[in-house]
Amino acid sequence: MARWLKPGVFALSLMPLAWLAWRAFSDDLGVNPVETINRTTGDWALRFLLLALAVTPLRRVTGWAPLARLRRMVGLFAFFYVCLHLASYVGLDLFFDWQALLKDVAKRTYITLGMGCFVLLLPLAVTSTDGMIRRLGGRAWRRLHRLVFPASVLAVAHFWLMVKADIREPLLYAVILSLLLGSRLWRRGRA
Amino acid sequence: MLIRPAPDLRECDVTDRALYLDRRRFLALAAAALFPVGRAGAAPLDYARGVVTLDDKPTSFEAASTYNNYYEFGTDKADPARTAPGRLKTRPWSVVVEGECARPGTIAFEDLVKPHRLEERVYRMRCVEGWSMVIPWVGVPLGELLKRFEPTSKAKFVEFVSLADRDQMPGLRVPILNWPYTEGLRMDEAMHPLTILAVGMYGQELPAQNGAPLRLVVPWKYGFKSIKSIVRIRFSETRPATAWNDYAPREYGFYSNVNPEVDHPRWSQATERRIGEFRRRPTLPFNGYAEQVAGLYAGMDLRVEY
Ligand code: HEM
Repeated sequence: MARWLKPGVFALSLMPLAWLAWRAFSDDLGVNPVETINRTTGDWALRFLLLALAVTPLRRVTGWAPLARLRRMVGLFAFFYVCLHLASYVGLDLFFDWQALLKDVAKRTYITLGMGCFVLLLPLAVTSTDGMIRRLGGRAWRRLHRLVFPASVLAVAHFWLMVKADIREPLLYAVILSLLLGSRLWRRGRA
Repeated sequence: MLIRPAPDLRECDVTDRALYLDRRRFLALAAAALFPVGRAGAAPLDYARGVVTLDDKPTSFEAASTYNNYYEFGTDKADPARTAPGRLKTRPWSVVVEGECARPGTIAFEDLVKPHRLEERVYRMRCVEGWSMVIPWVGVPLGELLKRFEPTSKAKFVEFVSLADRDQMPGLRVPILNWPYTEGLRMDEAMHPLTILAVGMYGQELPAQNGAPLRLVVPWKYGFKSIKSIVRIRFSETRPATAWNDYAPREYGFYSNVNPEVDHPRWSQATERRIGEFRRRPTLPFNGYAEQVAGLYAGMDLRVEY
């Protein structure tokens, strides 16, 4: 079973993109296709980020060691969907109006936070190869990758500040993130 | 008609057919008997065509009736089209008219609309979220309708209140806005010939999700000012509380005139995506109706009174 774990999760992780592509292909993206693409990729970016944060607690709870091998891949899928999300915003929504992007990042709080999250995730993605881990050394690498915690807080804040009034969905993500971060604090407190 | 023609806002000759609701009802029945197919349940209206038109191509009916902000029926834009039809009971319907006027009272929907000629008005609709549509409304000029209630000299504002019935509106269970939804206009805005009460769109009765049976349409303001499913109209001396302004006064002003120069903290208002188009297009001051309405705000600092 462990042998199929990684390829299986890899294939599953591509499903949201495949589903989106299918809907685009069959002209089923709704009344505002650009918005649909942007929001779907944003949703999955956040979900994969939280999934990546869930791998270690899950491994501890289940005691199933092979889960650890998924962490990097799931994290990279989070980054992958973030890139699609950003690309859809810059390419489809703003149609490469870079000046508008700069203005958005400067003026619209939720976009500032989203960009902050992206900037924090960027070095993590770049240093995710075995070679980079070796070059940095385990300790420095682990310290660097703690950036995923503030990044995930920024991601939830980005969603929270984006919604007009109905905060139920970002609230749900905030609760899940709190549990994931809280479980780590709790462990450290006991250690 | 007092509307001055603008390049893309044409006033057409109006035929003087009698356009009364009871007749419309009859026509609807006749049409249903003759042409049983068609948009499910929607009654066609009899109205003066093209009273105000626009060169912009109208948005598809499909889009205009499935992409709606009507939080009483859910906060996803697809929710109202799923939950409102069949749940929202639009007949019998009555409207309470009260406050600073000589002839207050409760008036049945039919009696409210009957004395007026129904007119088609093709208007741009700009949502504060940065998207827009072009919608052929069918309705009556609000000012003419309000005059029948003889507002007094104390009437400086008009307040509108939406239906808020938990049995019909599942969204009310979520305390997002301070229900019922309320909106308001300054008297001169309400009396402006571009402001209408719509009872239909695309030649038919309003779909439930678009605010049936009676909604406001103020084309130079962001869409949320155009309150849906109105049950109460009140003339007042003081500025009424309005739903979104109450919720976040820094984000949603009382006036909320479409203004590309004044950004919303969440959305830039400089451009908009016209539903059905790919590239964003520039947003026009007063949504393109500056020539008709800018005078209402002469001397006001629109950056402060947004
Ligand atoms: C890189 C800079 C980013 C930009 C410019 C950006 C921009 C946007 C925009 C424009 C929206 C939708 C606004 C709307 O439809 O009204 C959005 C929504 C969203 N974004 Fe981002 N974003 C960025 C980064 C991120 C990151 C890093 C994540 C998560 C890891 C993320 C997750 C989301 C989510 C979950 C939504 C809400 C989707 C929904 O409504 O269902 N974004 N973002």
